[in-house]
Amino acid sequence: MTHLLFVFDLVLLATLLGLAVAALTSPDPRRAVMLFIAFGLWLALVWARLKAPDVALAEAAIGAGLGGALMLAAARRAARRGTDRLKGRKSGADQA
Amino acid sequence: MTAQFLFGGAGLVLFALGIWSFLVHEPLLRKLIALNIMGSGVFHLLIATAERGDLPPDPVPHALVLTGIVVAVSATALALALGRRLEEEDPDG
Amino acid sequence: MSRRASLAVSLLLGLLTLLLLWVFAQALAQQPGPRLAELAATELPRSAVSNPVTAVLLNYRAYDTLLELAVLLAALLGIWSLGAASPGYQPAGPALEVMADWVVPLLILTGGYLLWVGAHAPGGAFQAGALLGAAGVILRLAGHQRAGLPSESSQRLLAVSGTAVFAAVGLATLAFGAGFLTYPPDWAKWLILLIETAATLAIGTTLAAAYVGGQPPENPEGVRSR
Repeated sequence: MTHLLFVFDLVLLATLLGLAVAALTSPDPRRAVMLFIAFGLWLALVWARLKAPDVALAEAAIGAGLGGALMLAAARRAARRGTDRLKGRKSGADQA
Repeated sequence: MTAQFLFGGAGLVLFALGIWSFLVHEPLLRKLIALNIMGSGVFHLLIATAERGDLPPDPVPHALVLTGIVVAVSATALALALGRRLEEEDPDG
Repeated sequence: MSRRASLAVSLLLGLLTLLLLWVFAQALAQQPGPRLAELAATELPRSAVSNPVTAVLLNYRAYDTLLELAVLLAALLGIWSLGAASPGYQPAGPALEVMADWVVPLLILTGGYLLWVGAHAPGGAFQAGALLGAAGVILRLAGHQRAGLPSESSQRLLAVSGTAVFAAVGLATLAFGAGFLTYPPDWAKWLILLIETAATLAIGTTLAAAYVGGQPPENPEGVRSR
């Protein structure tokens, strides 16, 4: 039983670290924010496992939910700005 | 004891990953995500040390982390507003 | 950052992680000293709530929570001082609008439930406030320019209410001779509920207003422009 629980803990932590690495190394802002939201929700799950349901609720609602919504809006602007700049460069090249 | 070391160690690794990304990557949004993951690592370490096996968990670190989460989100919102203002001032930057 | 510099950063941070892990292992190996947990558990019957986390947040360490609400207020002031908000999103299509009509009342109801249940089960002002803020985010996404919040002057009152009620309760207990934020036992439950209600409203308003991301637009409530 304890062995099973240990394996469960290992899987939880490996997924948590994997999501963090994926969120931190993703160059596309929108993808990075999505992965960050997934990371926050997974973190809430781990904290529920660590007998901290109050904090898990807060992390899922505030950290992942609202923080993610805030960053998604910013990522949308960043993505749009990136395409604008690409277009600008392209039209500049056409004129030249 | 081993489980506590594993969970707390994961918090430390998250913290280090966050600093690494914060220093290496340039865009503001990526720095913010890195900062948030750094904070999550610290929170995770606190929650891991609050868990005490068969005893009920220590509520004091839980309350500290709860406060910390809200402060982290408000700081993120302020940083994003500052970043948006910077974009408006300097659209090419 | 150049390739060599980032390699050096990675190397140094790897060493730092190993050092921290070693320190953590040493700290775990030592006998744990007296912890606040026992004290928190023995004093719990006198704190008027049975959820230990709520007891820590609003009774033992109420100072922390008061200052945390002040930080939230300061962040909102910073956001508002950076200029007007962007005009907002287009009015929602029929599917999103129906979803918002169903989800927003549900979120508000759940927020009220979490606020009430926080005294004896997981929940409390922060989680309830977050749900109210989430309701605001959904309304903003569905085209409400002000995220369902009232006019700017009312928003200011709401945002200040958490800190103001908290500080007023603290000053009142001080005036009656019990010390700053030391609740009289008969009143503690209601004082905590009063503070939590004000804090929920303030947190919800602040989070929704932070999502709007600037000074609230002038348009009257409910008008979905564009």
